[in-house]
Amino acid sequence: MARIELQNIAKNYGPVEVMRDINLEIEDGEFIVLVGPSGCGKSTLLRMIAGLEPITEGEFRVDGRRMNEVQPRDRDMAMVFQSYALYPHMDVARNMGFSLEIRKAPSQERADKVRDAAKTLGLTSLTARLPKALSGGQRQRVAMGRAIVRDPSAFLFDEPLSNLDAALRVEMRLEIARLHQRLETTMIYVTHDQVEALTLADRIVVLNAGKIQQVGTPLDLYERPANRFVAQFIGSPTMNILEVEPTDKGVLLKDGTVIGISPGAERPVACDLGVRPEHLNIVPQGSAHFSGKAELVEHLGSDTNIHAHVPSIGQVLVRQHGHFPLKTGDPVHIALELDKVHLFAPDGQRLDTVLGSG
Amino acid sequence: MSAHRHSSPLAITGKYLALALYVGFALFPLYWLAKIAVTPDKLIYTEGTALIPSSFTLENFRSVLLATDFLFYFRNSLVVSITTAAITTCIAAAAGYAFSRFDFRGKRLVVAIMLITQMFPLLMIIAPIYKIVAAVGLLNSLTSLIIVYTAFNIPFATFLMQSFFDGIPKDLEEAGMMDGCTRFQALRKIVLPLTLPGLGATLGFIFTAAWSELLFALMLINSNDTMTFPVGLLTFVSKFSVDWGQMMAAGVLALVPSCLFFIFIQRYLVQGLTSGAVKG
Repeated sequence: MARIELQNIAKNYGPVEVMRDINLEIEDGEFIVLVGPSGCGKSTLLRMIAGLEPITEGEFRVDGRRMNEVQPRDRDMAMVFQSYALYPHMDVARNMGFSLEIRKAPSQERADKVRDAAKTLGLTSLTARLPKALSGGQRQRVAMGRAIVRDPSAFLFDEPLSNLDAALRVEMRLEIARLHQRLETTMIYVTHDQVEALTLADRIVVLNAGKIQQVGTPLDLYERPANRFVAQFIGSPTMNILEVEPTDKGVLLKDGTVIGISPGAERPVACDLGVRPEHLNIVPQGSAHFSGKAELVEHLGSDTNIHAHVPSIGQVLVRQHGHFPLKTGDPVHIALELDKVHLFAPDGQRLDTVLGSG
Repeated sequence: MSAHRHSSPLAITGKYLALALYVGFALFPLYWLAKIAVTPDKLIYTEGTALIPSSFTLENFRSVLLATDFLFYFRNSLVVSITTAAITTCIAAAAGYAFSRFDFRGKRLVVAIMLITQMFPLLMIIAPIYKIVAAVGLLNSLTSLIIVYTAFNIPFATFLMQSFFDGIPKDLEEAGMMDGCTRFQALRKIVLPLTLPGLGATLGFIFTAAWSELLFALMLINSNDTMTFPVGLLTFVSKFSVDWGQMMAAGVLALVPSCLFFIFIQRYLVQGLTSGAVKG
């Protein structure tokens, strides 16, 4: 059990600053996902928490105790590596029990714990094998088993699923979710895959260029992205960003369409309007905000993605639920769900102006 | 994965023929060594170029072992080679690990200096080495050879060990440290077992280098008591004749420890020990 606090954490490599102003409080038993594009510093942050990377500035506390200088072995955290990092010269059982072996736990206790973990993960028949005789998915399970046997106060996952194929990834994702439900231990999980982030996390931390962009529940991030980066990073397919000009009555789209603001709302200073593909609708001509031509229609069964070209606005992606009878080349008339539209200031920050029909 | 290709029988034959030619070329001197060693003295000149002598003898081996100081030289060489290999490998492993895993001030400088030491022809430094060894009173001692060989082999052995350590993913040590190891425990329990092939290769390489070294041994050793085997071989060359048969017999015997040594370390040289550790 652990409550983890990061206060003003910064990381430099020599003169190069890679991370700054990281402030984060993780509640006991919480599942936190660190997500962001490659090079955003998410793995570095995890390694600082693990103790594998020194913290340049700031304070890192677990249950109120400063841990900056504590060695990795004394932090009581288990880590699952992206590469799995199984010890190639030890069989599965010894791999899983290695932490207990190092701590000189009685061999009976070690065997019991390894057996329990192996049973949970369906590895019972493989305990005598060497890692090289395992498939990727099995190795991944062993890596998780090694962490479980420890019974640590927190689990750290560094992109644990990125080396698996798509089907296995979904399966292991479920497994990790179940594990969290069962153990109720604090988990910190690094991924670049937003689907993993959205499905697993109690709260998501979005990182970009070494800074926290937003911390919130998956729904928070989806519904109220703090800035343009988060808006475009979370959600699939990516949010449409349309350039607009603020006017007295509302915002002006490039093609001349004016979208009004709610009565009484402030005059926006927006320069970008964001709308998710699922918040655009194909409508009859009269009620559309703008019209264009379908350039590509993807029929996915559950959804239909329509890539439309709208003159003077550009590419717009519309997502309709179910099968939508539309062909490439058809004219499309598109309406925005105004209460789901986001406005972003020139610096990318979210604006809270509400658009309406006014 | 490349698809399995069906080669024509002609291509296969050609391939094996080329291999056989190469192996024959490489092994022929060894054959000649063994052949002369078992040829009776009187036949050496009379049927000098015959591939198989008309009669065989073990007389040369007998006289080398019983009538010369060969066993003595042999023992000296073993002492020097094994000690050199052990010391060099220990130092090189430690240095190689440091180069592979740590960044420290002066790392590049040390690497550069080590590289530079490898650039000089040995002949250039023979005189200064002799002066130094004479000054500290180590002439005619096996210790002097061990020190000189160790010094000369450390740079290469270090680079060799470093490349072996580089091949072991850092993740493994970090996983060990997360599992509760100190860095040293992680080194001993995880890295070291995986480095055995590297240690074996380095040991073998240094052993062979020290075993066959002639130049320094010739210069630093004069007394019969401390002669190593390559210097001892030269005693078969007298002013007026060369005792080919005995010399070759001694040569064959000299191959034995090298062969034994490589058979012993061969299983550690097997590659792929780390496969399965990490993916990608």
